Parts: sequence; structure tokens; C-alpha cells
Amino acid sequence: MITYINILIESPEFLAQLLINGMLVGAIFALIAYGLALIWGVMDIINFAQGELVIFGGYLTYTLFYQFGLHPILTIPIVAIVLYGFGWAVYNTIIYRLLGQKDIFITILATFGLAILMQQLMQAVFGPDVVTANPELGMQVLFDGSIIIPNIQLISFLISLFVGAVLFIVMRYSRFGQAIRATAQNSRAARILGIDIDKVYANTFAINAALCGIGGSLVVMIWTIHPFVGLVYTFRSFMIVILTGLGNFVGIIFAGMGISAFENVTGFIIGAEFQAAVIFCLLVIILITRSIRARKKREYIE
Amino acid sequence: MINKILSTTVKALVLSGLMISPVAMADTISLGAAVSLSGKYSTAGNHTKKGYDLAVKYVNSMGGVSVGGKVYDLEIIYYDDESTPARGASLAERLILRDGVSFMLGPYSSGLTKAIAPVTEKHGVPMVEANGASRSLFNQGYKYMFAVLSTSEQYLQEAVNQIAEKAGKPASEITVALAIENDPFSQDIRAGVIDDVKRHGMQIVIDDKLPRDLSDMTSTLVKVKALKPDLLVLSGHSKGAALVVRQMNDLGVHVKMLAMTHCESAKLDDKEKFGNLADYALCAAQWAPTVTSEGLTFGTASNYTQIFVDEYGYTPPYQAAESTAAVLVMADALSRAGSLDKDAVRDALAATDMSTFYGKVKFSEAGNNIAKPMLLRQLIDGKYYVVAPANVAETDLVYPRP
Repeated sequence: MITYINILIESPEFLAQLLINGMLVGAIFALIAYGLALIWGVMDIINFAQGELVIFGGYLTYTLFYQFGLHPILTIPIVAIVLYGFGWAVYNTIIYRLLGQKDIFITILATFGLAILMQQLMQAVFGPDVVTANPELGMQVLFDGSIIIPNIQLISFLISLFVGAVLFIVMRYSRFGQAIRATAQNSRAARILGIDIDKVYANTFAINAALCGIGGSLVVMIWTIHPFVGLVYTFRSFMIVILTGLGNFVGIIFAGMGISAFENVTGFIIGAEFQAAVIFCLLVIILITRSIRARKKREYIE
Repeated sequence: MINKILSTTVKALVLSGLMISPVAMADTISLGAAVSLSGKYSTAGNHTKKGYDLAVKYVNSMGGVSVGGKVYDLEIIYYDDESTPARGASLAERLILRDGVSFMLGPYSSGLTKAIAPVTEKHGVPMVEANGASRSLFNQGYKYMFAVLSTSEQYLQEAVNQIAEKAGKPASEITVALAIENDPFSQDIRAGVIDDVKRHGMQIVIDDKLPRDLSDMTSTLVKVKALKPDLLVLSGHSKGAALVVRQMNDLGVHVKMLAMTHCESAKLDDKEKFGNLADYALCAAQWAPTVTSEGLTFGTASNYTQIFVDEYGYTPPYQAAESTAAVLVMADALSRAGSLDKDAVRDALAATDMSTFYGKVKFSEAGNNIAKPMLLRQLIDGKYYVVAPANVAETDLVYPRP
């Protein structure tokens, strides 16, 4: 362990490599986490099938790439549209039944069930093999090859930021965004004021699915996917949202990038097997400090 | 309480009734097999089933199995274990108690074999398995389980010997990096590699245990880049194999020798998917179509390959070949036992000493095959070439990896 710390001190280029890689791919996780926060905030639903939506998006990119010869980057808009439709359909068959459930376990069970269903269906349709869609875009070589940044990571970072910015503007300035925010604040008041909140909910869930799909397209271009790896992405987005809270858009981006960079460095120093453990410890510490701070306020919340 | 007793009695009656029926049936011997036809092992599970089916077809077409002067056909009763150990165990129970099979063939994967072996052991049902290589299967004192394949700790030991030979420097200066998944099977491989690394006196500079839900290897690979080991040993099922070749390229990581498992199931030889990214990687294999072993039923390994290709339209992966071999071993033991008594067949299995297209088969006390070596193949331009051990090598190992 000390050897590894020494390497990072003596050759800071490796530290830079770990941080840069982490931050670039962290933006993708931020995108997925933003979708989770959105439906959590608006509909009070924690979606445990988040990762499966990501993997589904990845498989679509993979299929369009190999079956139809489309460049993986160009599949992103198609995947977003298909996943939007898919999200709409899932809302109208499953998710709407969960609205207003007092018991949080029902939502968790239902979305977890959806996750298992999607895993098995994806395995039946796309097969159990590990797949990747290599866009072969080359890389940036800095400092004589001691830092190498794959172009696909740069591009996916920019795409994530772009999608995030568009979403930010839509949420803040458009009528539709206002309707979503109004519903999140007080759904009853929103309904009285003439907002069709069923439509808002359906759209919100569909937007989340589209975000996951875009994330999945990027994931399959950078790493590999198989039908059963979705939970990684669910947990990671869940963790980011816990760290930052709902409705904190900029916070989510920084948390997404920070967690991934931190994870890379801890993996380097104490080994890949503890990478996840360290992150979860961090999460526990944050939750404890937060609850201590909240206790000082002494408020009664129903 | 009374209900419970009643239901047990009824169950016992029903079960004993069912157990009699297969014996009364015509001249076939039923072998039971729970194989993963769905779930995460379904690709390999289907290879296993095809291997079994082909063997049964050929054994039957060549006159079946003669047991004590009477000729029987073989048949296999299959169930889908859905790649879950608990399901596998209950299906084994069902095969033995409800379907009344007296002999079993193994499932796919060490995990499933581990779940099924206690059941077959309890009922004294001999099982020949072909896809459970974990070392931990062979230190339980199982008496009725026999495995035709090489055990997992042997998977990558040959790579360590190769680097010792090729590195061109004293062993104490050779550095080795390990990135091996944190599951029992992969950790067996790690134990074997570490044994040999220590025997040669090499240094281990990285020893990462990859998480089961591996999705990103950046931290491990940057470490490899920083420490420049001579040999990188990687084992993380097909996802690990696919991920490492993608990310090594993306991060500009280079090692002189890369030794892996699961190249076949990750389809690294598929140039459409991986291009030449995986070139010159060394891959552990139980069997290859080019080995020079032969046996009675299928002739040589290349003969078997031809028959398999004609039947199923693709080159048999080693999972199919070893499964076929398991059926051949079972058929051989049945005919030598001279009766369908489970214990007689078990003793015949223990005394197995035969040659097949898959290699020689001879079991140790623990039930693993000690007569067949593990192969190391190098992937060159989308094709695998056996490079070690020396007596079966097709070409010389290319070192260092260009």
C-alpha cells in the first residue's frame, strides 16, 4: 500500500491519469443519477431498475452498431427516443400504480421486480454474452504517453454536459419544466391550477429512461455490458443522489465526477476489492454527519 | 403433526412407486443432468448439452453400451437449472427421487457442481462432471463424483513457467501482476499461480482482487502501467477478459505477457468485435481441436471437431468437448462394471484409465482427472494456437507481446 502511495507522490502523472479518467466518466454517472433524482423528487419513487434501463440503452447502441452499421455515437439520439417511448410505456403499465403508495417497500419491490424482468428479457433477446461497441476514435497522448485520454471518454463527457445543460434550461425556463417543478413542489396545488399531472409524471419517467439510455450508449462505448451488470449503475446513481440530495443539479455533476475520481485513487492505493467498500464507508459517514446536523435543528416533520 | 406424518408417508409411497417404474422400462439407461439452459451460464450450458447429446447419439449409433451381456441405449433426462445453485440442487434431488436416475452427468460451472455434488453423494449416485474445475470440489472427500477436466489451480500455471523460460533474466527479477476476480473459482486459479510464482522465486507487484460486479478496471490498469510487470495474469470470467483488452488499449497499457482465462466465452477471437486488441494474449484451455489425443468413439480430436461442426455448425469449444468426454467415461464405466448397481459403477469409474479424443482420463482418489494437462493457447490474428505444454505445442510462443 505504501509503495502505491509513493508511486503517486513520485510520479504525479499517474495520479492525474486516475483523476482525469474518473472525472470524465463520472459525468455519465451524474447523468444517470440526475434521472433518478428527478423521478425521486417529482414522483417520490426510487427506481431500482435504473441500471437495467442503462444496460437496455447500451444493447440498443450495440445492436444498431453491429446490425445496421451505424456509428455508435450516432445511435445516441435514436436510443434516447426509443428509451423515452419505453419509459412512457413502463409508466403507463407499472409505475403509475405506485404513485401515492405510503409504503416505500412497495415501490422498491415493484421496481426491483421490473429490474429482474428486464434482465431476463434482455438475456433472452440479446443473449448472455459480454458485449462492447468500440467506436475506435483514438486517444489523446499527453506528456510522452504518461497520460492517455481516450477520445471517447472526452466526447462522452461533453455529451453528458450538453444533455445536462439542455435539461437544466428546459427545467428552468420552459412551460413544461415549470409544470414538472410545480408538480414536485405540490402535486395537489398543481392539479388545481390546471396542470395535467398524470402527463407530467409520464413525461418525467420517460425523460429519466431517455437519460439512462444515453448513459447506456456511452457505457457500452467505453466499457462492456452484459444483462446482469445493471445493479452497479443503480447503486452508483443512488449513492450520488444520497450525497447531494434531490434537486441539486450542479451538486450531482460534481458528486458524480468526484466519486469516480476518488474511487480510482482508492482502487489504486488499497486494491480494487475495497474500492466499493471505501465509497460505502464514505456514504455512511456523510449520512451520520448529516443526521447529527439535522438533529440540531429540532424540527417536527410529519 | 399427524398431517405431517401422513404427508411423509404418502410422499414416500409415491416416490417408491416412481422409483420402480424406470427399472421396468425397456433397454435404455437414463442419465440425469441439470444444465444451465437459461440464465447467465446459458451459453456455456448449451455447449454442455450439445456435447452430451452428441456423445449419446454416437454411443447409441455404435451399438450402445453393453452391460453384463445386455445391450442398452443411453438417454439423458435434462432439466434447466436457470444458472442458480439452489435450483440445481433441487433438480438433482428430483432427478434421483422422482425420475429415478441412477447415474448423473454434471452441470455447467463449479458453483452449480458444488451445489449438486452433496445431493448425488447423499444418494450414492455416481456423477461424472465435465465443467466444475474448482479445487474446492476435490477436498470434500466426495466418493461418487468424478471430473474429466483439469482442476482450476492448473489453469494459468503454465504461463508462469513460460515467463520463467522466456524472460531472459533471473527469476528473482521477473515481476508478476495479478488481477483476479474475488470468487472461489478464480481464487483457485490465483492460488495455483501464486504457488508457481513462489516456486520460481518471482516477485508479485500487484495482487488485485476484482469485484464480482466488475465494470471498470482503470485503477488496476494504471497500476500495471506504473509498475510495468513482465506478466499480467487476469481472470474475471468473460466480462473480465473483454474489459481488460478494451481498457488496456484505451489506457495505453502494455505488458510483455498477458495470460487470461475465458477468452473463448468472451469471444476475443471475434475480429469484428475486438479487432486485433486481444492479439498475442495467452489463454488457458482444457482442450483444443488440434491436440493429438484419440479414443474409440470419436477417433482423433480433429475427427471429433469435424463431427461436431457437421452436427451443430460451429467449432466445438472445450466446454462441449469435455462434456462429450464425460459421457464416454460414463459409458465405459457402465460396461466395465457389468451391472447397473450404483456402487459397482462407482468402483468402475474410480478404476477408469482410458484414452479419448479429449485426452487421457484417469482419476485421483479425490475424483479429478490427473492424466490430462492444461493447455495454453496464444491468440494470433483471430486464431488460437497451442503454445504450451511443449509436447502438444503447434507453434512457438510469441514473446514479448508486440
